[in-house]
Amino acid sequence: MALIEIENLVKSYGKVCALNGLNLNVPQATLYGLLGPNGAGKTTTLRILCTLLSPDSGHVSIAGIDILKHPISVRKILGYVAQEVAIDKILTGRELLQLQGNLYHMHYSDIDKRIRELNLRLDMFDWIDRRCGSYSGGMRRRLDLACGLLHSPTLLILDEPTVGLDIESRSSIWELLVELKSQGTTILLSSHYLEEVEALADQMAIIDGGKVIAEGDPENLKNQLGGDRVTLRVREFSDEIEAQSVRNILESIQGVSQVVVNRLQGFSLNLVVDNQAAVNRMRERLEEENVQVFSLSQSRPSLDDVYLQATGRTIMDAEMEVLKQRDTKAEAKNSMR
Amino acid sequence: MTHSIATTSQGSDERSLLQDLAQETYALTKRLFLQLLRRPSTLIAGILQPLIWLVLFGALFSNAPNDLLPSGLTYGKFLGAGVIVFTAFSGALNAGLPVMFDREFGFLNRLLVAPLRSRSSIILSSVFYITTISLLQSFAIMGTSYGLGYGWPGSAGLLLVVFTLLLLVFAVTALSLGLAFALPGHIELIAVIFVANLPLLFASTALAPISFMPSWLGWLAAINPLTFAIEPIRAAYSGPVDLAMVVLHAPYGDVTGFGCLFVLIGITVGLFVLISPLLNRKLA
Repeated sequence: MALIEIENLVKSYGKVCALNGLNLNVPQATLYGLLGPNGAGKTTTLRILCTLLSPDSGHVSIAGIDILKHPISVRKILGYVAQEVAIDKILTGRELLQLQGNLYHMHYSDIDKRIRELNLRLDMFDWIDRRCGSYSGGMRRRLDLACGLLHSPTLLILDEPTVGLDIESRSSIWELLVELKSQGTTILLSSHYLEEVEALADQMAIIDGGKVIAEGDPENLKNQLGGDRVTLRVREFSDEIEAQSVRNILESIQGVSQVVVNRLQGFSLNLVVDNQAAVNRMRERLEEENVQVFSLSQSRPSLDDVYLQATGRTIMDAEMEVLKQRDTKAEAKNSMR
Repeated sequence: MTHSIATTSQGSDERSLLQDLAQETYALTKRLFLQLLRRPSTLIAGILQPLIWLVLFGALFSNAPNDLLPSGLTYGKFLGAGVIVFTAFSGALNAGLPVMFDREFGFLNRLLVAPLRSRSSIILSSVFYITTISLLQSFAIMGTSYGLGYGWPGSAGLLLVVFTLLLLVFAVTALSLGLAFALPGHIELIAVIFVANLPLLFASTALAPISFMPSWLGWLAAINPLTFAIEPIRAAYSGPVDLAMVVLHAPYGDVTGFGCLFVLIGITVGLFVLISPLLNRKLA
């Protein structure tokens, strides 16, 4: 049964369309990953789910509750951990958690009990009674997570929860999310870290241009692609003209497909080969054409390849493209109430 | 020992709307007072600035002839009411700043994601906080003013002072909160506060009576909301409270104590009505 149902969601900021008919179903008690480049519409989707933003059109329900008609009922069952950690620097961590409990109308005894539990699990003993202004990024993120979990939500929504964190903090947050899922909490997580979604998500959707372009089990999505991924460099730092001419050669080789020039990796070439024979044919042909090979690496498909297959560009390329189109003023205006 | 962090037993009894409203408003107000307790500089500055006005301006005109001011008041006694009102006004004008910072730093979103019974609790907590601070600052000025020999209102007069200040603080708080949601950032809000603060003081009867002013300034002072707060308080300091008594000789006619209070009530209600659609939209 789907806990979150999103149908044909549309949202624009000024002239820029952030969501363009997005459809999504998130099953109960799963860890669902939303993957996509910055500006793909992930945060907008999450902000609509949290009732912080109204869509221009479309329907959204959580646990069968229409979020536009009954926002308070929805707020009671969800916990939200935003991309930007919003804490009051003057309060201590404990005071912030107490405030959070009161805003969710919890009994005072339950607030204390939950703080004790979360304190123990998130290992906040040493600093929970210190003012938040003195916390490191990892501490702030843990406190923010504790705030999102304090009222024991059915659904936890996390927007890029590990951005800017050190490896240790990141892995402790990953552990916590896995534990929460095993205890029955549904988790919707947005990220542009491929490895994060790959490591955590049972189900995932790739968002691009405000739409879901692929969804399913991450392993299945990768396996469906078939073939091996090859990254080829003809020189350490090539240029576009050279890369395009090599691309033309490669495209004529049997068993080679989806040849893309990756500008962000020094004009390297990303391509798919059907089998080892295709790699051998490729080497021979390049030799015939007097094209030197600086490096050639071969790997199984990744989620980036799933994205590449669906859009014809890498996530990094997409981020650069979207960055140019974003109306940051309109977005800031909409995100600040 | 394993701890489930996903669920815990919570009270299942039904809670009333009022209980929930009281809990959320209390928590939000407590946060503002904790901030004040740990960063008291704004409270102290809010007392010091009008104190300096009181001492310096009082001294500046201390040798003015006794019959210069209406009803033979000394300048110190005349100035006291103006500085009390200015203190409350300045304090209330800053009411929007904490809300603006919460908007800018995303903390407001944390509040808006919570299932608040009514988002009016965010406004209510700000009003409670600012009212308490403004009254505290005003009482500090009244105490100092008494110490300087500028008098103290009787018990009925004190009630009138508090009532008048409450009306002014509510009105200015409404204005400031409205600005905090209408303006794009704290820089703009601070700019408005700077621009509004002193001109409104000078274009009122806080420092000089209307009879001292050129005609155009007299008109401005006579329609300035601060004047409608200053004159009843000045009357409360001058003698027994009689609201039917004329307290303001304006170019358009005489205004009684009742008249001043009605104007203030009208401004307060009007401002809350005016900002309601904005607050409803921003907090929807």
